[in-house]
Amino acid sequence: MSAAAVFYIVLSAIITNNYVLSKFLGICPFLGVSKKLNSAMGMSIAVIFVMVIATAVTWPIQTYLLTPNGIGYMQTIIFILVIAALVQMIEIFLKKYIPALHKSLGIYLPLITTNCAILGVCVLNIDNGYGFLQSMLNSFGSGVGFLLAMFLFAGVRSKIETNDYPEAFKGVASTLIAASITSLCFLGFSGMLENIFGM
Amino acid sequence: MKKTKLQILTNGIIRENPVLVLVLGTCPTLAISTQAINGLGMGVSVLVVLTCSNIMISALKRIIPDTVRIPCYIVVIASFVTMVQLALKAYLPSLDKALGVYIPLIVVNCIILGRAEAFAGKNSVIDSALDGIGMGIGYTLTATVMACIRELLGSGTIFGHAVTAGTITPFTIMVMAPGGFFIFGCLIALVNKLTKGKVKEKQQNKCLGCPGAALCSHVQEGGAEE
Repeated sequence: MSAAAVFYIVLSAIITNNYVLSKFLGICPFLGVSKKLNSAMGMSIAVIFVMVIATAVTWPIQTYLLTPNGIGYMQTIIFILVIAALVQMIEIFLKKYIPALHKSLGIYLPLITTNCAILGVCVLNIDNGYGFLQSMLNSFGSGVGFLLAMFLFAGVRSKIETNDYPEAFKGVASTLIAASITSLCFLGFSGMLENIFGM
Repeated sequence: MKKTKLQILTNGIIRENPVLVLVLGTCPTLAISTQAINGLGMGVSVLVVLTCSNIMISALKRIIPDTVRIPCYIVVIASFVTMVQLALKAYLPSLDKALGVYIPLIVVNCIILGRAEAFAGKNSVIDSALDGIGMGIGYTLTATVMACIRELLGSGTIFGHAVTAGTITPFTIMVMAPGGFFIFGCLIALVNKLTKGKVKEKQQNKCLGCPGAALCSHVQEGGAEE
């Protein structure tokens, strides 16, 4: 795989195909945990971490276990169980061996099992026919894209919280309108990478 | 006060509409509501999975140990999702293609796990079935209405029939990602306006509806204390 292809996969996962703002995956944490910058960062780092490890585990399971045995239809059940078990194991491992990291990421880990971005990235890697390395790059890029969206949106939210807008729009409604504008900014990048890399 | 069967059924349609009032399952709603037919298809899939999993979980509630209930619920839900996925692949391949990855993602849709946790784990089989049907209809209606608005504004059609052709130029942005967030925000504001802010309290506590909230008590306040 050429360096250009590596950059293309990672950058398109971060910017043009951003999971939150263009594929609508992981909206719950995006709306729920973006009130404070440091919790948004903690959640995002935990997501990158789990996304990469989950792909490293689910891709070989699909390729070497499910597909050759003709039980590809078990994908959904197996993947969600693997992800749930994995998150639990990561939590136990971190608690025992890297307590400092567990302290900062620990509370976000249980929430990640039901984060659709994780299952989404695992299933999409298979659907798109990516190889192992491509899948890993795509997962890493998607995670970083999630971080970028959370980071920007936490900033936007801290600004709009104090503003005076119509009564009916207070709460979730204003947050969604703000998300719409943030997503509009990302839409501006579409087609850009195709031009640069000529793909 | 015990609710009547009818109240349980209608609860999910208006008073506790899963999408607009409880703000659950936003991801698939936003993603598939680009065409009315997709909204309807997704809605019916969720309705089927929700009703079946509610019945099953309610029937098994005495057998499932409390400590491992979430993984058990997930297995039950994932089985029904797989059945729906296979049925769609066989009979409605075009819809299956349009909904794509969002069909397997019904597994992690918080409406279903949320209802399992909040209702089916505590109530009788018939009540849980009614709750599933009511919540499913509420979801289907919301997804379809939202998809109709987006399809009308974004491509000038409803269910594929041209409506505004020649009179209004459709603005494509409405079927793209920003339009989804925008219309959803406006719909929630409209519900707030119509109910005079009565539902806002439920929206604020959106973590309570999330199945993960039971596992993680810290995130409710908007984050960890550093």
